[in-house]
Amino acid sequence: MASIAIRDITKNYGRNQVVHGVDLDIGSGEFVVILGPSGCGKSTLLRMIAGLEEISDGTIAIDGKVVNKLEPRERGCAMVFQNYALYPHMSVAQNIGYSLKVAGVAAAQRNQRIQAVARILELEHLLDRKPAALSGGQRQRVAMGRAMIREPKVFLFDEPLSNLDAKLRVQMRSEIRKLHRRLGATSVFVTHDQVEAMTLADRLVVMNGGRVEQVGTPAEIYGRPASRFVASFVGAPAMNILEGVVALDGISLLEGSRRLPMPRAGLPVGTKVAMGIRPEAVRMVDPGAAGAVEATVDFVEELGAGRVVYVDLDGASFSVVTSESAHPAPGSTIGLKFSPSDMHFFSSETGARLDFFVASLPEPVV
Amino acid sequence: MVERTPILDLVTHVVLLVGLAMAAAPFVIVAIAASHSLHDVNLVPMPLNPGLDFWANVAKAWTEADLGRKLLNSFIFAAGVAAGKVVISALTAFSIVYFRFPGRMLIFWAIFVTLMLPLEVRIVPTYAVAANVLSPYQAILDATGISWLIGKLTGVEVALSLGLLNSYTGLILPLVATATGTFLYRQFFLTVPDELTEAARMDGAGPLRFFVDVLLPLSRTNMAALATIMFLWAWNQYLWPLLVTTDPSHATAVTELKSLIPNVGGIPEWNIAMAGTLIVMLPPLVVVVFMQRWFVRGLISTEK
Repeated sequence: MASIAIRDITKNYGRNQVVHGVDLDIGSGEFVVILGPSGCGKSTLLRMIAGLEEISDGTIAIDGKVVNKLEPRERGCAMVFQNYALYPHMSVAQNIGYSLKVAGVAAAQRNQRIQAVARILELEHLLDRKPAALSGGQRQRVAMGRAMIREPKVFLFDEPLSNLDAKLRVQMRSEIRKLHRRLGATSVFVTHDQVEAMTLADRLVVMNGGRVEQVGTPAEIYGRPASRFVASFVGAPAMNILEGVVALDGISLLEGSRRLPMPRAGLPVGTKVAMGIRPEAVRMVDPGAAGAVEATVDFVEELGAGRVVYVDLDGASFSVVTSESAHPAPGSTIGLKFSPSDMHFFSSETGARLDFFVASLPEPVV
Repeated sequence: MVERTPILDLVTHVVLLVGLAMAAAPFVIVAIAASHSLHDVNLVPMPLNPGLDFWANVAKAWTEADLGRKLLNSFIFAAGVAAGKVVISALTAFSIVYFRFPGRMLIFWAIFVTLMLPLEVRIVPTYAVAANVLSPYQAILDATGISWLIGKLTGVEVALSLGLLNSYTGLILPLVATATGTFLYRQFFLTVPDELTEAARMDGAGPLRFFVDVLLPLSRTNMAALATIMFLWAWNQYLWPLLVTTDPSHATAVTELKSLIPNVGGIPEWNIAMAGTLIVMLPPLVVVVFMQRWFVRGLISTEK
């Protein structure tokens, strides 16, 4: 177990900077998930922790010791790769035991540890097979075993589940979670899959464009997104965003008379803001109901337990998640209601969250 | 592609059979000629039905050209060249693909350019070097005046000399460097996923360890293919062994075949010469038959 302290890390490829000054503290035994779209620098950050990628500037310390110049092996990290990266010519046992062989551990002791790891991962009956004769999930477990056998201080996962089919992914997810509880090793897990991120993480790091957008527990990230990017990236279907302008008597969200009178919170008139609301927080009501916004149904996605209704709100696309049995027909008109306490506001310019006391707002007058 | 047209099938077979006949005809004629007596083989035209003296001719060719010894020489020579090429080109390709160092591309292209300088083109300088391996160093010392200086100061004349003529080393070494092999390995190494390299690094394996434990086992089929091609190529070498081996005890089977071909004025013993040819053709044939499976896999290289 070890803590990781990342200070002002940057990464350049020539003149192209891909990671811009990341600061991050990972506690001992913590399971941290780095989430972001492809190309956001999350894998690069992980590979810098691993020692596979040189650090352009800043420091990474593991257990208080700066490891910038250390070889991967000397950092006490083990890594699980996206494509498993098993040695195709070695059996499962040889794959798992290779790091011990390199370290010069005697064969008898090596076998003992291979057996122990195989027992935990339920690979005992596969030890003599070659990776080519294994299924995707089994390969994944071998890759985990290869990382586990070294009893590393830090586990690094580079999108390890993205090559598995949906069912297996869910299963491996809970296995990784269980394994982490059992071993208690500090883990850093990189993914672009938000469900994976939300379910696995003790703490979530959302990255975009080489910067950290927000660090927090999954609930915090979902409940109080720090930026417009985080708001729209986390949560499925994505958060609805409406553009608006600060007017004299409040924020004008939509064209014409549909405006939300709310305190300007010190924002100058004419400031452009974006209001976000999660599809789960929007209620569907009858078109004529008091305080409801009218919208036209575009199409409906059936999810079994509920459905996602996509509507057209004065030209803006808007989605509503409902568990009610109502099944509005495309083209029909429905009413939407949302409460101010569910709204998030972001600066249109910087994308940063704007906090004013939304809870105290009156119901919108439409 | 699966075609189900009888006419096309027929055409395909005809083309294949014609090709086979064209490729096999010389061998058939050699085998027939080797089976005739001295009288029959010199008839015009030569009879095309096999004669009865095959084994007698083979035995005569064997003793006349001392083929036992010569085949052994050939085998050592060809195996040495093949092994040397496999090792050298694997190491060269490894350094070019996996390491970043100044002049890397320059070195790669320099190796590549040697494709345009086969042995036949550089035969004279190569012979000079083989005759005295140290002659380039001698030339450097002479040109820089160091040997003159040493001569003045100590009175010792600097004359470096290490000859490789009439030795296996001399036969093998100049043929070991190979751009083709380096290129073959390079292409293979480029297809090895980077993650494998990184996994080995995470497992603590250094470059040489990775090379021996991961890359070499993965390129087994490549090695087999390269070794087969190079064995055949070296076996059939004529010019270089002829130059380097003035002493018949080091001659190879291919160069020695010439001794079976009759001198001017003598009765041409084509039957004996053809029998000798058959014997010399046999080892490469055996190698191809045994290595074929690996050889094909190495060239198409799908096993990852």
